[in-house]
Amino acid sequence: MSDITFTIDDQKVAVLQGTTVIQAAKKLGIEIPHYCYHPGLSIAGNCRMCLVEIEKMPKPVIACNAVATEGMVVRTQTAAIKKMRESVMEFLLINHPLDCPTCDQAGECRLQDYYMQYDVIPSRFEEKKVHKNKMVDMGSGVMLDEERCIACTRCIRFCQEVAKKDELTLAYRGDHVMITPFPGKKISNAYAGNVVDICPVGALTSKDFRYKKRVWLLKKTPSVCPGCSRGCAILIHHADQKVYRLMPRLNPEVNQYWMCDEGRLGYKFINENRIVRPHIQVNGQIQAVSYENAHEKLGQLIANIPWELLAVVAHAGLTTESLKAIEYFSKNVLKTKAVYFSRNEPLNPSFDDFLITVDKNPNQAEVDKLAFKPLANLEKASGLFVFCDLSEKDLTQVTRQAIPILGSWASNESAVSKRAQVVFPIPTYAEQDGHFTNVLGFEQKTTKAFAPRGEGRSVVQSLRELEGILIGTGAQLKTAARC
Amino acid sequence: MSLVLTNRIGLKDSHTLSVYEKTGGYQSIQKLFSMTPQGVIEEVKTSGLRGRGGAGFPCGLKWSFVPQNTGKPTYLCVNADESEPGTFKDRLLLEEDPHQLIEGILIASYAIQSHTAYIYIRGEFDLSYRRIEAAVKEAMTKGYLGKNIFNRGYELKVTIHRGAGAYICGEETALLESLEGKKGQPRIKPPFPAVVGLFGCPTVINNVETIAALPFIITQGAQSYRKWGTEKSPGTKLFSVSGHVARPGNYEVPLGYPLKDLIYKDCGGIPGGKKLKAVIPGGSSVPILTALEAEKVKLDYESLQEFGSMLGSGGVIVMNENVDMVWALQNLARFYAHESCGQCTPCREGTGWVDKILRRVLLTGASEKDYALLREISENMAGKTICVLADALAMPVLSYLKKFPEDFKKYLTRQNVVPQMQII
Repeated sequence: MSDITFTIDDQKVAVLQGTTVIQAAKKLGIEIPHYCYHPGLSIAGNCRMCLVEIEKMPKPVIACNAVATEGMVVRTQTAAIKKMRESVMEFLLINHPLDCPTCDQAGECRLQDYYMQYDVIPSRFEEKKVHKNKMVDMGSGVMLDEERCIACTRCIRFCQEVAKKDELTLAYRGDHVMITPFPGKKISNAYAGNVVDICPVGALTSKDFRYKKRVWLLKKTPSVCPGCSRGCAILIHHADQKVYRLMPRLNPEVNQYWMCDEGRLGYKFINENRIVRPHIQVNGQIQAVSYENAHEKLGQLIANIPWELLAVVAHAGLTTESLKAIEYFSKNVLKTKAVYFSRNEPLNPSFDDFLITVDKNPNQAEVDKLAFKPLANLEKASGLFVFCDLSEKDLTQVTRQAIPILGSWASNESAVSKRAQVVFPIPTYAEQDGHFTNVLGFEQKTTKAFAPRGEGRSVVQSLRELEGILIGTGAQLKTAARC
Repeated sequence: MSLVLTNRIGLKDSHTLSVYEKTGGYQSIQKLFSMTPQGVIEEVKTSGLRGRGGAGFPCGLKWSFVPQNTGKPTYLCVNADESEPGTFKDRLLLEEDPHQLIEGILIASYAIQSHTAYIYIRGEFDLSYRRIEAAVKEAMTKGYLGKNIFNRGYELKVTIHRGAGAYICGEETALLESLEGKKGQPRIKPPFPAVVGLFGCPTVINNVETIAALPFIITQGAQSYRKWGTEKSPGTKLFSVSGHVARPGNYEVPLGYPLKDLIYKDCGGIPGGKKLKAVIPGGSSVPILTALEAEKVKLDYESLQEFGSMLGSGGVIVMNENVDMVWALQNLARFYAHESCGQCTPCREGTGWVDKILRRVLLTGASEKDYALLREISENMAGKTICVLADALAMPVLSYLKKFPEDFKKYLTRQNVVPQMQII
């Protein structure tokens, strides 16, 4: 594959053979506006926004489909091109409803953005706009507003090419076209939420997110989805310490531009049922206390037990840093060999040949590297420290074996945290910098979006403090290199 | 005049195999199989036969773009989707001389080495469909189609596929999409059908009239075909004449024939002593001609281009002095807005907009701004779309506005105007 050299707007650029003009322009930092083009989908060429002038070609050519050839001369800023972009904007807007005040897409809408960049001309349409259905439930949490649709066909191509379920089509003709599933049917693939991401306008919106927050008020933090071992790259959209939605982030080697619906909707636990203060059990009642009191209580509970008879259970959903801190603590502080793991194991887990893995835990790979044993191997122990949570099966086993849960480090309330004698609040993956190693062996980073809820402290920090208290020296601790 | 295509029209049972063979049908086959496919392409190139569907692209040249030895089958598609307003010539050929078309299909298929031919016929055609279907059956029974045609060891299967009521399916790539079972929407080009066509294989799409001329060209030779017409537009063409003429119908004339003669001699002029006002020479998608222009122009590709119009499909629509050109234009706009497939932005929105403006003009009058807007919309549509349906509205709009300013001036009132003719 040799290089081709050609010129865009008097700038020379060298690209691989087969590169299109729009891709090459991106390399140079030249933005060619577009709606229907998407790097993860096939070329449709119907929006006509990316028209450019190419020397020796009689008519303007769409940049998304034009393959660069040696010595080609492309112009994107001529007066004629400016006029073309204005005219495409005008055509798109004549029937487009004036919904901006109530449309979720406002703030991340290409019509708005390109209007401000390339148009800013008042409307001269004096006729009656075409009216269509404005609230169509497409299924899988996707709502359609037919009037807003600009027929770019990104959603159709996504379902065909990525989700591999040819569920959508463009019905009717002319300015009455509308996106529709087969009459009577709904979208039913596991990736439907992505069509909301790629819709350049507010035609497709998320039932979960609609009307909840204006997008310019959201902060965006890169992270990794903990829903399964694929570890799709995501962006956490949040404001005021609350997560409003998750969106996929480009990672060519893991998830390209996409994420599954299960992962997309799996953010609610960050907002709900959080443990925000340490608490202890007093006469069967749960009482919130200070860290000092909690530490004191835990110290009392294990004062008369040989620590090597304690067992430790770490969850496969914890970050690598947390897992390493747990390993260190177990080996060097408790000096116990009873280090186990529990994991999220739903009945009949979903999986496919695309992104969804059957392993619903983000960090099993690290758990295995640290050689934690499955909790099923536990026969007896004098007490249990549980980090994060236990699966239902594991909790049943521990109950049957009558092993008391002495300490629990958890972000969300659960059967375990209700039973544990002492509970410490920890952050979710969204509230800490950490790493997960996915099914392909890639180590991927989560970034702290906001401070841990309430008085939450990371497992690393919490164990450091506990070590200081139990051993009493406050000496330098050799925990994981990254905390 | 019966020259090349219409020699059997009017004969009793001209659509049957027996009449066809009695009158010299299937005579080209003997000669055909003595030529190489490349030789056939050369002969057709020499004849100068140009596509009769509207674009006028040289037929032999189109055939020569088909790559051989790709490992993929080659397909021939006959475009019988005749939907251009004012055009009804293919219908005549399908109904009255279907075997001539089949013989042409044999020639074209052999030239491009295709063993599968499709006839895409518009769904609204009933008699035409039944006649061509019956003819194909007759040919199959006689061994002229199927495996081992004419005992020459060549296989050719002809499948007739009916459309479902979309003008856009006459656009060659939309036709291919429809044949593949998808929504009839044109494809972006490149790639071109000759290389990536039906089911991704090399494909040639030709109009019915183009194919129907092939038996003559092979039997009598390219030079015989060139006896008629001009240097750049050789041969003959079927013109469908409608509108304000005494004898509307299909007329085969040599290319280069004066339009004036067609209207006044062959079609008997304009009834009721009315004067000629305007003529659409090649189907509604071409720019309109004034009466003065119509009486000067010759019916060939070059002459019409000089007058700013096109030969197109040869659908001649004659309008007398009573026709309100604004009403006529809205009639067209309504058609294109209805038929736009809706894929690309300028056409989808632009055709609907032009129709709406013209409707409003007819009902409540216009301002100069409206006419300037119509011009600008047309300029913004033309040349910017996936196919030329947008141009098919844009170019006429510009030509009507330019050539009939008096008609448009009448509506410059922006008050309640009672339109002279019914608006649908």
